[in-house]
Amino acid sequence: MSQAHHLDAAFAALADPTRRAILARLASGEAGVMELAQPFAMSQPAISKHLKVLEHAGLISRGRDAQRRPCRLEPQRLQQIAEWIECYRRVWEENYSRLDDYLQELQCKELPSNGPQPKKLRTNKLRTREQRRDIKKAGNHRSSR
Amino acid sequence: VTSKKLEIIAPADEPTIITRREVDAPRAVVFDAFTKPEHLRRWLGPRRLTWVVCESDLCVGGRYRWVQRAPDGQEFAFHGQYREIIPPEKIVRTFVFEPYPDDEAALETLTLEEHNGKTMITTLSVHKTIAGRDRHLAGGRMETGMTDGYSRLDDLLLELAVG
Repeated sequence: MSQAHHLDAAFAALADPTRRAILARLASGEAGVMELAQPFAMSQPAISKHLKVLEHAGLISRGRDAQRRPCRLEPQRLQQIAEWIECYRRVWEENYSRLDDYLQELQCKELPSNGPQPKKLRTNKLRTREQRRDIKKAGNHRSSR
Repeated sequence: VTSKKLEIIAPADEPTIITRREVDAPRAVVFDAFTKPEHLRRWLGPRRLTWVVCESDLCVGGRYRWVQRAPDGQEFAFHGQYREIIPPEKIVRTFVFEPYPDDEAALETLTLEEHNGKTMITTLSVHKTIAGRDRHLAGGRMETGMTDGYSRLDDLLLELAVG
């Protein structure tokens, strides 16, 4: 199965509350079908169907013991979901970093041109070419005195 | 610098995403930056995307729509409706990524708290289902341009969502 198919299957599998509850149970250790069926008002075949979906999605694996076939959590797939959060974080970290710069620019604009400079001007890059020239001139003027 | 850390909470058993981030500006300025199109165009969305549409009718019941285009021509479009507006502290609005139907809309609450001239920005998005929430998180892949191999995913998820 391709990675995209695995992701598709994982999304579909996680969309169901019973399957999420099964995963939560397996997070505390492996279990057989009987044990997994116990907390649910569901037949063993119904639970087996859910287990098949989870296994197909790569979220769980099942042991070879023919009688019990214990289920255990496969954390890699859930890891993928954690990676989506990282992508989402990257998007929003970039947004907020642009917002930081823009808010700085907005607050500089709000001050009158001959008024006090904002307390914290982090970099020179927000100053216009004219402002930089004026600053340089002022510096030269002072040093020539 | 630690206060500038972006906090993201996406609980495994609830269809929500919470983000928190502090910025160095009074909240009136932040409120404008989040609501006025001329401001949004300057900071929202990855740099590699260009704005195509940025409209906002800032009143209760008013709608907004954003469309951005990637260098390869792919467009990302979002829209929603304002439900509650309390300047400069709170906005409640719906949020829809356009390939998905309106009844899949998430409800977003933006809260701005000001302390000593700095503003803590908190966003809460409540999705209809955990799958919808996860899909929204996974949307980050597309916006960061990491779509390789995943192009079918969203079509399939749409099928699943519609049933």
